Amino acid sequence: MHDLAQQIVSGLAQGSIFASLALALVLIYRAMGIINFAQGELAMFTTYIAWQLTQMGLPIWLAFAATVVVAFAGGVALERIVIRPVERANQLTVVIVTLGLFISINGLAGWFWGYIVKAFPTPFPTTPLQLGGVAFSAQDVGVIVVSVITLGLISLFFQKTKLGLAMRAAALYPEQSRVLGIRVGWMLALGWGLASAVGAISGIMIAPVVFLDPNMMQSVLVYAFAAAVLGGIESPVGAVVGGLVLGVVINLLGTYVEAIGNELRLAAALAIIVVVLLVRPAGLFGHVTVQRV
Amino acid sequence: MPRPNAGLLTRVAIAVAVIALLPWVVPSFLVFDLIYVASYAIAILGLIILTGMNGQISLGHGAFMALGGYVVAVLAHSAGWPYWIGVPLAAIASGVAGLLIGLVALRLAGVYLALATFSLAVATPSFLKHYKSITGGFDGMSLQPVQAPAGVPLSGQQWLYYVAWAVAGVVFLLSALLVRGQFGRALRALRDNPIAAVSFGVNPYFYKTAAFGWSAVLAGIAGGFYAIPTAYVSPDTFTSALSITLLIGAVLGGISTFWGALVGGIVVEFLPLVAQQINAAAPSVVYGVALILVMMFLPDGIVGGLLRLTYRFRRAPPQPALESSTPSAAPVTVGPQSRE
Repeated sequence: MHDLAQQIVSGLAQGSIFASLALALVLIYRAMGIINFAQGELAMFTTYIAWQLTQMGLPIWLAFAATVVVAFAGGVALERIVIRPVERANQLTVVIVTLGLFISINGLAGWFWGYIVKAFPTPFPTTPLQLGGVAFSAQDVGVIVVSVITLGLISLFFQKTKLGLAMRAAALYPEQSRVLGIRVGWMLALGWGLASAVGAISGIMIAPVVFLDPNMMQSVLVYAFAAAVLGGIESPVGAVVGGLVLGVVINLLGTYVEAIGNELRLAAALAIIVVVLLVRPAGLFGHVTVQRV
Repeated sequence: MPRPNAGLLTRVAIAVAVIALLPWVVPSFLVFDLIYVASYAIAILGLIILTGMNGQISLGHGAFMALGGYVVAVLAHSAGWPYWIGVPLAAIASGVAGLLIGLVALRLAGVYLALATFSLAVATPSFLKHYKSITGGFDGMSLQPVQAPAGVPLSGQQWLYYVAWAVAGVVFLLSALLVRGQFGRALRALRDNPIAAVSFGVNPYFYKTAAFGWSAVLAGIAGGFYAIPTAYVSPDTFTSALSITLLIGAVLGGISTFWGALVGGIVVEFLPLVAQQINAAAPSVVYGVALILVMMFLPDGIVGGLLRLTYRFRRAPPQPALESSTPSAAPVTVGPQSRE
């Protein structure tokens, strides 16, 4: 029983990381109808920046904050420089451009920091927390807390601030928003910045567990895809719920089902993606889109 | 079926002659690389048919190569079957898998298919590691190097080179016959205007699934010829990077003509070898930047760019290389936009 509780908390911790990256994907999908294949690599790259800052002697939390700011600026810059020119192009073009980002960011990380796996300092205490007689890893609990705060802030931003409202309007009704004086292009760039910042948090949260290497986020990205698809790719709430459900399910399957084990967790995520897309393409929280032809 | 024009026949004849003579003029380590070019070209051809002509994005064709490579390797390693049985069986196995996945892909519009196939590519090595009893798990399997048959005055490597390129020639010819005829016309009609095509009685389910199956057949064959030269397969041979490499080859070469497969195969084999001299990570950076720049400035790839250049030179009206209905500068459109 204690074991089950630990596994669930650890699943929630992983799930909240999937949820953060899935939220980043959803933010961009809602704004532009684009799946950003480079989202995971952006998170990886910014995590390396955080590592570099701690190597230069910055305390981990300060490095964390600085990295989120850098990630935001980087996301805005990428949207302006790379995505803007192909914004109105067809889907294949945009997919290939984000794949181009994926590969070049992966390569740059290997260029700057090499391909040798590095340990990443955990920002949380290493002693387990005792809650109700069960020992939980402080890392797991800390990750959940940080993710809840992040998601809460994002939600407040979109619901309660004028800028958040403008960003939502720009995503849903770009033409009308432009008429009302909203600078739609900049709203999209801000969306990329936010997504990249949220992704950076997910990278820093998972790096102490999976260690730092240029390919660390690839499987996390697949889990985030699964989470986003499960929740409905247009729904931020769906991404969060999808991420948490996926984290717990994958963790329990991997631990208790012999046939799946550690290696087929990714395959389980793939199966979830395919089954959801076939059975209920809108996911748990999405709306079915009707297309006029 | 339109008759091939004289210019096309000349270009094909020159390509065949160059390929036939190359092993006698280049050093033997290059012959080895050129076998990989054949493998890449076959796989990229499959991707060009699927993505360029059928409009379905696959980021997971490395999975079909893995299937093909492992069918050849398992049959040779465990049952001792020769490669000339293994490769056709790899094509069949991969084709069947392609038909099944093609049926699923019918229901996934545009970007969703990209997402699902990307996940397939990332998950492929973990499948290969998991079923250890068949695949040899993490360590992979080693194979017998190829020997030329008795009486043929070629080294094993040269023999493999000619076999690989002969197979490439056959599948290029078959594919050309396929897309120049009614089949290709149906595919292009479905890609460019699905509603009109269906109204004219084109069955989208049949053609799209068949195209997926055929492109998987090609990837399966390519996987066989990817495994045989090194005489070794392992899960790390078929990572997500391979799937992405294939798409890079198709895009850089030119996704709207078959020549793009040939040029793309050359690029993805040799560009990393050159770029590696700078830094181990340089190939990725060059690839990524090249992809972005090509999409922005040269949407029909190197071949399309060259064609436009030569036409400007000759001041003749541009003609696309292989298909007559698609303007060479037109971007490839994919599926209905899901948000409209």
